[in-house]
Amino acid sequence: MMPVVLWTDALVFLLIACAAGAGFYVGRREYLLASWRRVGESRAGMAALTVLLAFVAVGLLDSLHYRPRLDVAAGKPGGGYSTEVRSALDALLLPLKAATEKTYSAPLATHLYAKETVELPDGSQARLFPRLKHGGAHLQDAEAKWGRDVALRVLRGLALAVLCGLTFAALAAQLAARHWGIGRLAAWRRIRRGETRIAWNAVLATLAVLLLIAGPVASLAGGYHVFGTDKVGQDVLYLTLKSIRTGLVIGTITTLAMLPFAVALGIAAGYLGGWVDDVIQYIYTTLNSIPGVLLIAAAVLMVQVAIDTHPDWFATGAQRADARLLALCLILGVTSWTGLCRLLRAETLKLRELEYVQAAQAFGASAIRVMGRHILPNVMHIVLIAVVMDFSGLVLAEAVLSYIGIGVDPSTISFGTMINTARLELAREPVVWWSLLAAFVFMFVLVLAANLFADAVRDAFDPRLAGRRAALREKTA
Amino acid sequence: MLAYIVRRLLYAIPILIGVNLLTFALFFVVNTPDDMARMQLGVKRVTPEAIEKWKAERGYDKPLLYNGAADGAEKVTSTIFFEKSVKLFVFDFGRADDGRDIGHEIRTRMGPSLAIAVPTFVLGLFVTVSFALLLAFFRATYLDFWGVVVCVAMMSVSSLFYIIGGQYLVSKVWHLVPISGYAGGPDAMRFLLLPVLISVVAGIGSSTRWYRTIFLEEIGKDYVRTARAKGLSEPTVLFRHVLKNAMIPILTGVVVVIPLLFMGSLLVESFFGVPGLGSYTIDAINAQDFAVVRSMVFIGSLLYIVGLLLTDLSYTLVDPRVRLQ
Repeated sequence: MMPVVLWTDALVFLLIACAAGAGFYVGRREYLLASWRRVGESRAGMAALTVLLAFVAVGLLDSLHYRPRLDVAAGKPGGGYSTEVRSALDALLLPLKAATEKTYSAPLATHLYAKETVELPDGSQARLFPRLKHGGAHLQDAEAKWGRDVALRVLRGLALAVLCGLTFAALAAQLAARHWGIGRLAAWRRIRRGETRIAWNAVLATLAVLLLIAGPVASLAGGYHVFGTDKVGQDVLYLTLKSIRTGLVIGTITTLAMLPFAVALGIAAGYLGGWVDDVIQYIYTTLNSIPGVLLIAAAVLMVQVAIDTHPDWFATGAQRADARLLALCLILGVTSWTGLCRLLRAETLKLRELEYVQAAQAFGASAIRVMGRHILPNVMHIVLIAVVMDFSGLVLAEAVLSYIGIGVDPSTISFGTMINTARLELAREPVVWWSLLAAFVFMFVLVLAANLFADAVRDAFDPRLAGRRAALREKTA
Repeated sequence: MLAYIVRRLLYAIPILIGVNLLTFALFFVVNTPDDMARMQLGVKRVTPEAIEKWKAERGYDKPLLYNGAADGAEKVTSTIFFEKSVKLFVFDFGRADDGRDIGHEIRTRMGPSLAIAVPTFVLGLFVTVSFALLLAFFRATYLDFWGVVVCVAMMSVSSLFYIIGGQYLVSKVWHLVPISGYAGGPDAMRFLLLPVLISVVAGIGSSTRWYRTIFLEEIGKDYVRTARAKGLSEPTVLFRHVLKNAMIPILTGVVVVIPLLFMGSLLVESFFGVPGLGSYTIDAINAQDFAVVRSMVFIGSLLYIVGLLLTDLSYTLVDPRVRLQ
């Protein structure tokens, strides 16, 4: 196989490297760690983080791309690689990906959703629900054995999940026991009662719930379409898992793309003032005054024209779709940096007058140095809060934009494209609800986790919340 | 005050010019009219003659900025920039790709857009502010806690889900109102009920939480303690003191969107088949009708600037300390 690094893959790995670097930096500074510990103390925050990390793991697996070697062309010199770009996740889910049916089938069904005219062995024709090619294909007598088989598989999955969960718990107790130098049972009791600084009990409980869901699903996915199949017979579980990466990429790369501009321009406008301030304010007022959707629409249409007129730029369809995804991220970044920029400008205006900045100026520090060494570290909490708060909004925006037709490429699997293709399915008779529901539920869990985590981060980092906390404390006291 | 308004309006001119230049660059420089023609005509049937004809029909066959072939003032006026971009300033939008007058379309479609957007805005503001006050009144109780939980859950649901789910439940299962469509006059009520309701519900989560934060911030301030120390009852403190003072941050977010109500809602209008400006924009995006998109960008920016001005003016109404110079 030949590894392929798409643009968004490269940026995702760059982001991971940045995060690791930041983690290293923070880990060695006690005053920065203190705020993160406050995030760790929040039960909701840690539970949300666990869910987010599960999503991120799926997304990362889906970011390792390669082009498989073709068997047929193996002997040929040069080339010999498929034009289809696959990811590590595809390789894992190959049975699901390959198991396409003819059209819709309900979750866990053994028969197709629609009646078809089939030829019976005796030569006559009949209209009936044909058996699925893959869903429940291992059952000889589907009607009689289906319930038993499903129950058995669920039990097997649950058993596996419990086993995994117990292993995790034992591991956690072991590590904690060594850390505190007490017995394993005592350590486990401490974790369970939440007597740890970091809310490990929330993490383990969330992990348990995730395992209890994932176990049966994985076990059932071996023989059935757990979430059914869509119009062209693709497995909906596969589609939802693939959608995760698109959502994460939109939520993170967009912020990564806009961050340098927002931070540099915001601080420069606030600190330097004068004509620099005027120009930067003019730029963001102008960009802000164009309705976001229309600017995105205009820019995406332009990108699409450029991509369509230059088919020779891209070797594979996946690279073309990836270019559009990246373009969408950049455009979303252009429309979303103004808010952060304005916040940073206002904060810098305040910081500029403080004694430590004036002291730095008195020592003859250059403007760049004051901005970089003295102001930037003191506005980082605003940047961090903005980044985590923006994420969920961007994931939701992707779905809407893809619905309008100015989102990701139609060939990119995302929550938006899933909803878009399924939009008329509720009008069918009987109703096809599974692919819409699967997309919405996955998106809901992702966004909810992101929102809860963002709240925990904001509560830990925002000094302005002191007044609000005082109001709440006064009432409870 | 008047001088301030005039100055702000003058300040709007460079911004509108900037918007205009940006859209001009996006639509004509990054992608030439030739590219647009090729895409509109389809890649297969494209010939140089067809492209020239397409461009001539829509007036894209002139030079971009400077027409050396013309004489006198026409050197500047007989260009794409002047014809397509400068004329927007006098609300001359030209014709859409299907030959209809864009200005006329905008005028007729404004009505249905406002018929949905205004009730949504008023009802939404009333409902969310009431809920937020309720949560602030019961702060630090189980009601408040679960209220916030519900808000966070509601803001994590995609707006598409509210629309699709609402349509399915109310129209298809319960048969209460038509699924989509629009009619003028008193009949409009039946068609407007569901979209307005769904838009309000979809907005509850984030707005309620946001207003609750604002109220709690106000409640933590000293003047509230003074009011309580005077012996005022908690409802009086909330409605007479906190609500009034919280108006300033609330107005910042609210007034700026009032002019944009004209633009309608893209999603709701397209899902419910309402012939408003929102669905007009979506149709134009899907048909890749650049003239319409350009006009809507211009109108949208204009309305946004008006909204900013209105926000500043509204401050003087709710906060006597603010003086505009």
